[in-house]
Amino acid sequence: MAELFHRKIERSSIGFAIAIVAAASVGGIIEIAPLFTIDGTVEEAPDMRVYTPLELAGRNIYVREGCYACHSQMIRTLQDEVERYGPYSLAVESKYDRPMQWGSKRTGPDLARIGGKYSDFWHVAHLMNPRDVVPESNMPAYAYLARTPLNLNDLSQHLAVQQTLGVPYTDEMVENAARDAYGQAVPDTDFASGVSERYGEATQVRAFDGVATQVTEMDALVAYLQVLGRLTTAAYQNTAAPELPPEPVE
Amino acid sequence: MIDKLTYSERQSASFILVAVAVVGLLMAAFGNSNQLGVHGVIVMIFAAALLYPVLSAIYAPEPVEDREASYYDDPIKVGIVLAMAWAIFGMFMGVWVAAQLAWPNLAFDAAWSTFGRLRPTHTSGIIFGFGGNALIATSFHVVQRTSRARLAGQVSPWFVLFGYNLFCVLAVSGYFIGVTQSKEYAEAEWYADLWLVVVWVTYFILYLRTLARRKEPHIYVANWYFMAFILVVAMLHIVNNLAIPIAWSSAKSYTIWPGVQDAMVQWWYGHNAVAFFLTAGFLGMLYYYLPVRAQRPIFSYRLSILSFWGIVFFYMWAGSHHLHYTALPHWVQTLGMTFSVMLLVPSWASAGNALLTLNGAWDRVRSDATLRFMMAAAVFYGLSTFEGSFLAIRPVNALSHYTDWTVGHVHAGALGWVALITFGSIYTLVPTLWKRERMYSAALIEWHFWLAIAGTLIYIFAMWNSGIIQGLMWRTYTGENTLAYSFVDSLVAMYPYYIARAFGGLLFLIGAAIGCYNIWMTVKAVPSTVPATPDAPETAAAVPGE
Repeated sequence: MAELFHRKIERSSIGFAIAIVAAASVGGIIEIAPLFTIDGTVEEAPDMRVYTPLELAGRNIYVREGCYACHSQMIRTLQDEVERYGPYSLAVESKYDRPMQWGSKRTGPDLARIGGKYSDFWHVAHLMNPRDVVPESNMPAYAYLARTPLNLNDLSQHLAVQQTLGVPYTDEMVENAARDAYGQAVPDTDFASGVSERYGEATQVRAFDGVATQVTEMDALVAYLQVLGRLTTAAYQNTAAPELPPEPVE
Repeated sequence: MIDKLTYSERQSASFILVAVAVVGLLMAAFGNSNQLGVHGVIVMIFAAALLYPVLSAIYAPEPVEDREASYYDDPIKVGIVLAMAWAIFGMFMGVWVAAQLAWPNLAFDAAWSTFGRLRPTHTSGIIFGFGGNALIATSFHVVQRTSRARLAGQVSPWFVLFGYNLFCVLAVSGYFIGVTQSKEYAEAEWYADLWLVVVWVTYFILYLRTLARRKEPHIYVANWYFMAFILVVAMLHIVNNLAIPIAWSSAKSYTIWPGVQDAMVQWWYGHNAVAFFLTAGFLGMLYYYLPVRAQRPIFSYRLSILSFWGIVFFYMWAGSHHLHYTALPHWVQTLGMTFSVMLLVPSWASAGNALLTLNGAWDRVRSDATLRFMMAAAVFYGLSTFEGSFLAIRPVNALSHYTDWTVGHVHAGALGWVALITFGSIYTLVPTLWKRERMYSAALIEWHFWLAIAGTLIYIFAMWNSGIIQGLMWRTYTGENTLAYSFVDSLVAMYPYYIARAFGGLLFLIGAAIGCYNIWMTVKAVPSTVPATPDAPETAAAVPGE
């Protein structure tokens, strides 16, 4: 009987195409649509802050360089991972991440909570040549980031698109994106105060690459790495987490 | 090739190419000196390189013979050449990135040659460049032969083939200059993605119109798989790549999917790129070229139905097994695991159907390396789908995830299944297409076969070892209940396997290079022949038993 029926549909190319689309749609619809409707899929975290323009620019460098190919940003709910990297990752921690960078492979360690664990100086030295600080490392050198000035011109456009997609950037933040990015990496200028005003006192404002005269891609990437895992403390609450986030190493 | 087109068809081709060049010019102008501008120039060069031969032959004599009395094989020939070229490029990049993991200074302190940028040139070069061109070429061949009808278009097959290659060129060249969405296996940016939609819709329409011309009442199994490949890849590609560019003049976009939803959409896409690009399409190849080469009918029609619908339905649920123990809700992980295990049934039904088809032809498997390529492909398909279901089980995944075991699993499928079935199909197809008696050298096919098998085995054994060691080291505790190994300890333990893996990949690359030489010499040096039964739409279908 089944065979007879199949003999029928395989005589019609349009019918067959429709049957394929129907059969293939079910799984995706059932697994994806409820993620937008079920409360609790993404936890509440009132203290969650957005990326500053400099951190967002750094994140875009992380995306551009394909860092996800070797580094995850997703600590799993396994004892050894929690002990090695810190409290397991919550969905809310990546709710502003487009695209998410959870990754699928750890040739290098997880980076979900790397922020504050090492000094800026360590990060810069490590990115200039990883083998200077970790002799066994097989990570590529990213010295050119320190040679490349950060493009500040289109940062307002970046924030505007994020705003359209629902990230709570204010119009003021969008407008001042370039100034804020400059100010965050060049302290002791008038631009620096605006950053803490708009993004909170806890925002780290300093010359991340150690050079306070210009803003490089190194500044942006290190600023991003130093904020990873520090946008909210939600992961440290109501979990078995043993500790609070570490005080940042300056 | 252009002499087979009429004057007006040459005009349409020129018009399309000029339109593409104009789009390239606009990209170059608006993109200014940024990455979009670079891609605008590449689009213009691509269009101009194709426009030159068309325009230089535009007033050449028109074809006089009845084109409908023969199959349209020119685009297939070009597709096979492109597939082999991409194979060499993609495998070379693979060997290079593998070597970088063992010897990191092979990046030479440049931006374009870091692992993060090169890795997608390998994955896209192989999956989309090699795999995609092989699928387009063989689907054009299979649909014509099993429908006993010529392709339903003179210019559109060329549009699909070259348009698709333009997408591949934009994708891969973009990674070198830092244009990427960093969505795994969907790295190409918004404008390349939009272009692929145009190409893909044309491909689907061409395929449907050709099927509509068929002189057989039934649509043959291979075409079910090619249709599923075309349709579902379109669904996946469009949904996963929904994004907003920051400006029309910029290459950068932001996906509309945030965080956890992006993770689910991404692995719904990613796993089904494996299912519908790397499995369904290549099963289409298997269901045609294996019975043709073995000269045996497919073992069971009922098994083909079961495995086809099982694959189409079950696979789409399985993607969430990439997200075990993550911040993705537990119920979705469980669904993904459940369906991944159930997938073993249709997967083994396909593999079994292929191997049982060889009953009565095992002597030829021994003597004919081409058929042996396809037999080995079916075996690796069975092994890697078993491994896939196994790795999708949550506690197993706890050990394997984030390690080289996953990489080994993917390559058991990509080298053992996808590449072997493709080489088997191409060795079957090349003499038929170019009307040659045989391949230039059977010995070279043997060499290719054994290099490919050795390379694959070295590769996956290295990755099994490194992956399992890595996973165990991460979770080993000392007597004092502290973690026994630092992350760097586990990395140091990987180096011998990374060297072995690069060597395995190198053997595979050498095999493919031998294959290229053999194909080249077949076209150039083997005497041509007239087949006993004319290979034209009027004759009976070339599928035994259907």
